[in-house]
Parts: sequence; structure tokens; C-alpha cells
Amino acid sequence: MEQNIIKQEKNKVYQKSKLLIDRVMHYCPGCSHGTVHKILAETIEELGIQEKTIGISPVGCAVLLYEYIDIDWQEAAHGRAPALATAVKRLYPDKYVFTYQGDGDLASIGTGEIIHACNRGENITVIFINNAIYGMTGGQMAPTTLEGMQTSTTPRGRSHIETGFPIKITEMIAMLPGVVYATRQSVDTASAVRKTKKAFLKAFKSQELKKGTSFIEIVSTCNSGWKMTPVEANHWMRENMFPVFPVGDIKDLI
Amino acid sequence: MTEKILLKGNEAVALAAIRCGCDAYFGYPITPQSEILETLIEQHPEKQTGMVVLQAESETAAINMLYGGAACGKKVMTSSSSPGISLMAEGISYIAGAELPCIIVNVMRGGPGLGTIQPGQADYFQTVKGGGHGDYRLIALAPASVQEMNDFVELGFDLAFKYRNPVMIVTDGVIGQMMEKVQLSPSKPRLTDQEIEKLYGDWATTGKPAYRKRNIATSLDLDPGKQEQFNMHLRKKYLEIERNEVRYEPFMCEDAEYILVAYGLSARVCRKTVELAREAGIKAGLIRPVTLFPYPYKAIESVVPRVKGILTVEMSAGQMTEDVALAVKGKIPVWFHGRTGGMLPSPEDVFSLLKNIINGTFDSADVPGINYQL
Repeated sequence: MEQNIIKQEKNKVYQKSKLLIDRVMHYCPGCSHGTVHKILAETIEELGIQEKTIGISPVGCAVLLYEYIDIDWQEAAHGRAPALATAVKRLYPDKYVFTYQGDGDLASIGTGEIIHACNRGENITVIFINNAIYGMTGGQMAPTTLEGMQTSTTPRGRSHIETGFPIKITEMIAMLPGVVYATRQSVDTASAVRKTKKAFLKAFKSQELKKGTSFIEIVSTCNSGWKMTPVEANHWMRENMFPVFPVGDIKDLI
Repeated sequence: MTEKILLKGNEAVALAAIRCGCDAYFGYPITPQSEILETLIEQHPEKQTGMVVLQAESETAAINMLYGGAACGKKVMTSSSSPGISLMAEGISYIAGAELPCIIVNVMRGGPGLGTIQPGQADYFQTVKGGGHGDYRLIALAPASVQEMNDFVELGFDLAFKYRNPVMIVTDGVIGQMMEKVQLSPSKPRLTDQEIEKLYGDWATTGKPAYRKRNIATSLDLDPGKQEQFNMHLRKKYLEIERNEVRYEPFMCEDAEYILVAYGLSARVCRKTVELAREAGIKAGLIRPVTLFPYPYKAIESVVPRVKGILTVEMSAGQMTEDVALAVKGKIPVWFHGRTGGMLPSPEDVFSLLKNIINGTFDSADVPGINYQL
């Protein structure tokens, strides 16, 4: 009885985005992707741009992103999303175009495409998930894998002598004049989620200014790949990832 | 009637693209086809028709820009030459897998590897037998003149959209670089966004309006049963293309005792050989495949009962000749003459080889190049 009194429209303070398709996500429990998807759907819904948005999904764990958000999608080859987005935006300059890419996709195989799309200042938004590991293929080293971090291809821990250093691609991207907004966020706490949401709204709105690329890195967890519980993964991320990939705005010309 | 002007093959492709309402060109410079990009930039079609022209950072990026544009229902084109097409192979496979329409122009040069910048025809296998991974086919048009370089752009887009399949215009450095008189195509406006939504709204990713389901351009299906169904769907489409779209040009084949088979520049050389042979009283003819896929197997098969032998001529070590042999089914002998590395066949060499074949004195050392009986 009391429940029915509370469950009224006027008392509603939050609801799932209407753009999130009602289906079970394939992500592991604790994975950051689901939270970022939610923020993405909310952003598109709140800006009222569903009819004007075209998303480019990657190869990696988020390959099936197009199954979860109710907009038009293109599924790119590994690393090539910025090239697809370039064409879409050039042909539809008034639409909202974004890529969603992981660290292997964006910072390893797709470095050429992301650097040049950003250098041309394509009016797109790039969402970059950095969890320092290849999730979908089973936990191999990523370009952002930390030194000493164990993965299936660095079982003795990553050594820069053998495989180089964790690449700080967002700092590199921020140096390009074509980029108007580069920020690094996370989704491990409620306040971090709110900050990331603000960054999303700002990045998508900035496409209207036609001033250049907006780029959001989200330092994320991969508890399956890291072989930790979701809670442990969040702690580990804060202790080990944040010192190498500090959270905050790197460039803001908006 | 539009004006007739003197153009390079590469320039004709560029002008034809603008005139047929192409929406975008993405490309990366490589010899011997850079004039396509240069001509488009010089023409500045953004001001004429609104066509987008962009120099990409690599062939890999260019083909993926093509994917993005094609998935929007736009008419998009790229061009390259052999090594660049190898780089594009990944993207071509994805485009075929996502069933997107587009044109890829390959102005072939000699290979393998960096090879040479001189003309070649050694990408036949890459064009019609695969190139990228997976079971897919390109519709392959092989122009033999600057006029056809012009004409095949519009034809290519028609076929690409009819079947939602990538089309390759596969030519060589001579056809790309040489100048001939061309009747330009009449100018057509680009489709408006409203027209695209109306025509291709069931698949084009233009932003999802409230009245339709979301469109997804993808080549992924993790369910093996569904992926097999998709492959069967593709096969059905390719069979339909084979039924409807075979194009070839016969020349003096009616009474011919010996038939030459060649495409592109080699076909022009062989046409001259046929004339030389006829002057000498030898009944020779030529079949020029215009589409390399679908291949005119039946046209070749149909002459087999009344000819004594076939000589295939290519600027390769022998690629298309395998399809000639498939059509002939071992019923009559097939010989091959190939020049590689940027060397060109000559009408005289082909004629000399033909005479030796007729006299029963064929020897692989008769003329320069790679000569053999299959």
C-alpha cells in the first residue's frame, strides 16, 4: 500500500534512458562499459538529438554497442572508426557523430586514424575507454597496460625494455590544434559518473560550434581481465591507473 | 549532346564522378593514378555540386571513409593503384560484408611488392578471386578506353546501388595516363538528403527518425547459423549478378578459327593483332571481357566448338587465363602470352606467337615475355 503511494510519476527522480534498449548486456558484472553506455544514452536523450546522431562502434568488447542504444550505427573495422566518422560528418555536417573506442582499437591499431582525424579537427566526439587491457580477446597487453602489470602476453609483468611504456594518447591528442576539448574521466563513483556525464554533454554540444574534435577518455576497469572483483578493480584502478592517467581536463578551448 | 574533349583516363574518371552526382571522393596519392585526386581538387566540386573531396592519411583511412560515406546512402568513390588496393583489402571486405555500394578504381601497376610504377594487369586474382578475407565478390568493370573510364563511373554507381555491392573499376596505368577524346556524360544533380532517406531509408544510417527502426551498417554476426544464412544470401546475390550483368565485346569472332581473349589495354593490343592476322588471311577474332566479375564464361564456351585454339594475352604472368581455361574445359588448347613488370605486349609479338601456334611450332622463347600452353 505504502509502495503504491510512493510509486507515482510526481515522485520520480530518476529513470533509465528511453534510448537504452531493454536487453541484457553481454558485459561482465563490474565492467565500466555499461555505465558509460548509460551516460551516452542519457546524453543523446537529454540533448534531444536521437534523430540526428550517428554512432560508430569499435572492435573490442563494445563491438555490440549498437545492440544497446536506439540510434543509427556503423560498425567499423578495428581502429578505423575515426575514418568512418570523418566521412559521415563531412557528408552530414549538421548531424552529431561520435566514435566509441577501446585502448587497443584507438591507441594501438588505430593510432593513424585517430591522430589524423583529430589533426583535421573533425567535428566529432571521441569516447575512449582505457582499461589497460584487451578484454574481448582474453586479457592481452594493451598499449596502455601499466609497467609491471601482468597480462596473458606479459605474464612476468610489462617491461618498457621489451614492450615500451603505457601510451598517454589523450595527452598526445590534446597537443593537436584540431582538438578543442580533451578530458580524462572515470565512472568508479557517483560523483565521477556525474562529472563524466557533464563532459559528454559538453563534448556533444561542442559539435554545434564546428570548432574541432572533442575527446573524452574514461579510465575504466576490466575486472575479468584484471582477475579481480569489481570492488577490488575499482580500488586497483584508483591506486595504480590514476597516477599514470590522472583524471581531469587536459585541454578546453570550448 | 555534351562536348567532346581530350582527356587522360584518370581525368575522365574525376570529371565523370562530379557529373554523375557523386557525393564524396576519398583517396591517397599513388602513381599512376594521382591525377584523379588532383583533378577533383582542381575542379573544386564542393562549389559546383557540394561533392566532398578529401585527401586521406592512408589508403586504409580512405577505404574506411568510403565505408562511412557509403553507409550513409551516399555515392562515394576512391581510387588507388595496386599496392594501395592491397592496403584497402581489409576495408573492401568489410564493405562487401556490410553490403554497401561504392566505387573503387584500381589503376594497376606491375608488382608484386613495391614493383614498378609502370602499367600492369597482375591484380586480376586480387580483384575477382578475393583480395580481402571471406566469401565476397566485387563487380569488376574493365575499361579499355578513356571513354569507358568516363562511362563506367555512372554504370558503376548504378550497379553498386542496384545490388548494394562494391564495384571495382579495374584498369591499368596506360588507360589511366593516355589521352583520348571523350564524350562527357550529362551532368546530374546529387541526391538530396530527403531523396536518400526515401530511397535507402531501410538501410542507410542517416540518423534514426521516430518512424523507423534504427539502421546498423555491420558485417558482424556472432551466431554461426545466421552468418551462414548471410553468406547464402550473398551467394544468391552474386548468382543474380552473374545472370544479369555479364558484359563483353566480341570482335570478328563469327568466322574465327583462333580467338584471342584479353581485357583492358591488352585487348586494344589484341584488336590490332586481329587486324594484322586478317590482312594475312588468318581468321582470328577477339573476345574482350568488359566485366571481370561476372566473367563471360559462356561467351568463351560458345566459341569452343568452332575454333581451333585460344590465346590469352595479359600484362601478368597468367591470371585471367585460368578463367579462360575454366570456360574451355580442356576441349581445345589454350595458350598464354604475358608481359610483366611494366612491359607491354605488342601486336606484332602476339601475331608472331599466333602464327607459330597455327604452324604447330609454338615455343615459349618465340617472343619476349612469359609464354606457355596451359
